[in-house]
Amino acid sequence: MSSIAEYFSGLFTGISSLMKGMSVTWKELWTPKVTQQYPENRKTLVISDRFRAELVMPHDENNEHACTSCGICQLNCPNGTINITSEMIETADGKKKKILGKYVWDLGMCTFCNLCVVTCPSDAIKFENTFENAVFTRSKLIQTLNKEGSKLREKKKEPLAPKGE
Amino acid sequence: MTQPLEFTHLTSWLDTTLRAALPEFWALLIEFVLVAVVLLAAYAVIALILIYAERKITAFFQARYGPNRVGKWGLLQSLADMIKILLKEIVKINRSDRFLFFAAPFFMIVASMATFGGIPFGKGLHAVDFNIGVLYVMAVSSVGIIGVLLAGWSSNNKYSMIGAMRSGAQFVSYELSAGFALMTIVVLAGTMQFSELIEGQRFCWNIFNGHISSIIAFVIYLISGHAETNRGPFDLPEAESELTAGYHTEYSGLQFGFYYLAEYLNMFIIASIATTVFLGGYLPIQVQGWDGFNGIMGLIPSYLWFFAKTAVLIFLSLWVRWSFPRLRIDQLLNLEWKYLLPINLVNLLVMVILVLTGLTLKDLFGII
Repeated sequence: MSSIAEYFSGLFTGISSLMKGMSVTWKELWTPKVTQQYPENRKTLVISDRFRAELVMPHDENNEHACTSCGICQLNCPNGTINITSEMIETADGKKKKILGKYVWDLGMCTFCNLCVVTCPSDAIKFENTFENAVFTRSKLIQTLNKEGSKLREKKKEPLAPKGE
Repeated sequence: MTQPLEFTHLTSWLDTTLRAALPEFWALLIEFVLVAVVLLAAYAVIALILIYAERKITAFFQARYGPNRVGKWGLLQSLADMIKILLKEIVKINRSDRFLFFAAPFFMIVASMATFGGIPFGKGLHAVDFNIGVLYVMAVSSVGIIGVLLAGWSSNNKYSMIGAMRSGAQFVSYELSAGFALMTIVVLAGTMQFSELIEGQRFCWNIFNGHISSIIAFVIYLISGHAETNRGPFDLPEAESELTAGYHTEYSGLQFGFYYLAEYLNMFIIASIATTVFLGGYLPIQVQGWDGFNGIMGLIPSYLWFFAKTAVLIFLSLWVRWSFPRLRIDQLLNLEWKYLLPINLVNLLVMVILVLTGLTLKDLFGII
């Protein structure tokens, strides 16, 4: 290509590519903006269910949870976030039984790796997406997950199937 | 036709009452002071509005909302910024050239302020109507570069120095193109006086009158004007990733505010000169023969037409700014000296031929 033809083709390809760029930004100007206006939009805020923000131990209406105080979550926790204290009691029929005393979780040390929830054999704990966890002192980050006076949900005794039918 | 919303009534009434009550010297003095105050106020207000508009439009180009916390839709944001900047300390730099350092921002502000006086904002809103208005505006707006160079030199800072040198190279180059583009239209219109330029465009704007040549001149003027304001893809004097902030790195408080203000006002000045020279200035859209249409368009006051046309051009400038990546210094000078300047010279010649052979739209269609 001669240098003159090169000059003009360069000029016009340059102009057309600039026009293309401007058409892209023109479309961008009119695209709806998706920025979340966070503190104002608390009511309509959508946080994914999978978002891991806070460890909770679900209690049912009888104030019963499913934690057997086995300590597997505590063993699996990579940074010692969970601290379980358990008590030995004697049940009415004379058996010794370990029950949960205090389930202490330190939000400040948690990496939200989900290993505790995955390894829990009785699905007693889970992560919630309630993310507004800011507090003014570090001591408030240490939370006790089992509620006052809660106890282990007894396994429903399956009514024995009548035999011989 | 009388126009109830024009400022001409107010100004002429003021003039007659002052002249009736006072000797001519005092009447003129009071008028001069009033004009200066009004221009200064307009200067500040336009800058605030431009800063807000720029931030908002920029945000929309970048898929965000922009300022929306101070006042409804963030309308008071630039006011709050102004108060903040006024309250900040003016830092004195050790081992800087103190006198030049403090003088530099005034060159910027005085240059754009003096240009402001030459711009016709509307009927009767034109401070000085020189018979060489185009030349005056070009000359005075170029004084600003002295402020940039002084700032870079006196700051005793390598970033400022490099930024100022780049800005100087850029400004000197692009001023040439801008001048030639305006000269093209001066050839077409046959006058340098803004009022005559505008009146000549009543039924046919200069951008249409000289068709192909005018449009090329318009585009070149916009590009080179954009480059002169150190914005958009041509902001390498202030390339923040390389030079922190370029020539105004060392400035703070009100002095920084001056540079900030002058930058926005230069954008406005470039757009308003383009409006006046190419797009019919403050005249409404009028078509020869359509008297009803012309009457309706004439009801809208002239300053609104001026600001609307200017706003379109400012939007164009913002659009360009947020579309293109920054040029390197060699690309910048290539664009000017290898493309814009030769095209411009040929374009000027084409315009002369168009005018001499009677091929402008006015000649072809017999428009007054």
